[in-house]
Amino acid sequence: MSAAQPLPAANASSPSLWRLAGRRFARNRAAMASVVVLLLIGLASVLVPMFWPHGIEDASWEYIMAPPSLDNWHWFGTDANGRDLLVRVFYGGRVSLAIGLMTTLVALLIGVSYGSIAGFVGGRVDGVMMRIVDVLYSLPLLFFIIILVTVFGRNIFLVFIAIGAVEWLTMARIVRGQTLSIRHKEFVESAVAIGMPKPMILRRYIVPNVLGPVVVYVTLLIPTNILVESYLSFIGLGVQEPLTSWGLLISQGAGAIDSAPWLLLFPAGFLAVTMFAFNFIGDGLRDALDPQGR
Amino acid sequence: MIAFTLRRLLVAVPTLFLIGTASFFLMRAAPGGPFDADADLEPQVLANIRASYDLDKPLFEQYLIYLRRALTGDFGPSLVYKDFTVTELIGIGLPVSMRLGAMAMLIALLVGASAGIVAALRQNRLIDHLVMAMAMTGIAIPSFVVAPLLALLFGLYLGLLPVAGWNGGAWRNMVLPVTALALPQIAIIARLMRGGMLEVLRSDFVRTARAKGLGEWRVVSRHALRPALVPLVGYLGPALAGIMTGSLVIELIFNLPGVGRYFVQGALNRDYPLVMGVVVIYAGLIIVLNLLSDLAYAALDPRVRRQYR
Repeated sequence: MSAAQPLPAANASSPSLWRLAGRRFARNRAAMASVVVLLLIGLASVLVPMFWPHGIEDASWEYIMAPPSLDNWHWFGTDANGRDLLVRVFYGGRVSLAIGLMTTLVALLIGVSYGSIAGFVGGRVDGVMMRIVDVLYSLPLLFFIIILVTVFGRNIFLVFIAIGAVEWLTMARIVRGQTLSIRHKEFVESAVAIGMPKPMILRRYIVPNVLGPVVVYVTLLIPTNILVESYLSFIGLGVQEPLTSWGLLISQGAGAIDSAPWLLLFPAGFLAVTMFAFNFIGDGLRDALDPQGR
Repeated sequence: MIAFTLRRLLVAVPTLFLIGTASFFLMRAAPGGPFDADADLEPQVLANIRASYDLDKPLFEQYLIYLRRALTGDFGPSLVYKDFTVTELIGIGLPVSMRLGAMAMLIALLVGASAGIVAALRQNRLIDHLVMAMAMTGIAIPSFVVAPLLALLFGLYLGLLPVAGWNGGAWRNMVLPVTALALPQIAIIARLMRGGMLEVLRSDFVRTARAKGLGEWRVVSRHALRPALVPLVGYLGPALAGIMTGSLVIELIFNLPGVGRYFVQGALNRDYPLVMGVVVIYAGLIIVLNLLSDLAYAALDPRVRRQYR
């Protein structure tokens, strides 16, 4: 994932910090292995459905719920409709990873703008804005995603927006805290003194300098959101057939667990490996960016 | 302390009101109605059905009716389970879900906290690595994967426990769902507890306690435990929300007659009153329990208490 090299142009002013962090990260073997594993899963999700001899909807009557075997390219076996599981797992990976990335992007946009505005403006505005976050924080937000999805139909783009729209809260808190801590640093005061407009100060000086903890949180939010999507698909409110995702595959596998356990084990295995990898990367980034925090 | 409680309650009421209002208008903004499946009905019959559920009135009037009834705990008749009111359905489901959730919470706290403490006391030893590896696994593997695997292993292969069903709440039927529900929370709580304990064990007052010759057990139980519990208490609210949402899939997988199953069915069938009723009741529950956990927070940490006096 690109999260491993978070070097946006905005940080050109302080390259040494990021380069040092990069060096520390590269020494973390678990994190580096996770990056490789994730890249492999990502690449396979993109490429395998393009070149595999079976399509995701090709049903074959001779192979209904066939167990995994090397004959006829059904390496992961087939499902109740005789569709090849391997190609479906990688296709589902496309959807799950895309949802994880897109929802995190939505959460990132909302959370960073909300948090930096609250922290930078401060005072009563900040109080009200963070109070709202507190209230939302204490609610079971999955219920709201379910309401949103119930109301606006089970459209995959809506799932993106609905998950992103409720998962920004922690991001907003982190960004606000960081913003508060740098708001009175000299370089911000000097920008205020030369009369730079506030939105520009936010964009040029505040946001780039709060990115460290945000990057760590992003790598932890992506797997969380993949899980949320799987959860929604599992109860039938997420991705719909003929599209598929790891959550939907797991749900179908769970229904056939006594007769065809491979239908659960393969998608669940890929989901779990992805979760592990993201968590290791997140831990690695935290250690790399905050060497004193250990 | 009393002022703090009152102030929190003052926030809770408008919050609940907003949740009810938001879910009402969202539900009504939905394209497609609950009676779409009966499209071949005579127009007059359809109109009569709609009228009997007040769906023909102006939106704002429906909202007022809804508010007035909700205040008395009446969320109207369910649109799909035609012989039941929403309140009756929740009344049937809530005891099941509460029992499940309370058991899972209790087990998660006991097991998670003990595992975290043991790991912290043996930092970087084998048992610490073991506990942390298990915690990582618990976080990476979602409950809707663990649950079917548990059912397969203990229900089908070993034949020790029933695969699914409620059976009036017999303990044999509770074991698997409660375990599946508690596992992810055990993992998170163990990590939190370990972190909190490690920090406290490094502090000066623990060193003092050790220096005056107290045994390890007394140091931990009398001096370190209370401050180490503080981060855990802060996590109680999110843990509760996690167990409530987790319980939706667990009830589905194990076919238990709880609120979660009704909620999911309601969402799939566009049963507006049922979905709204569950959301309002659950939000209320969470608000009350969050308040309790905040009070516990204040009771454990004198600094928090002073802040609110």
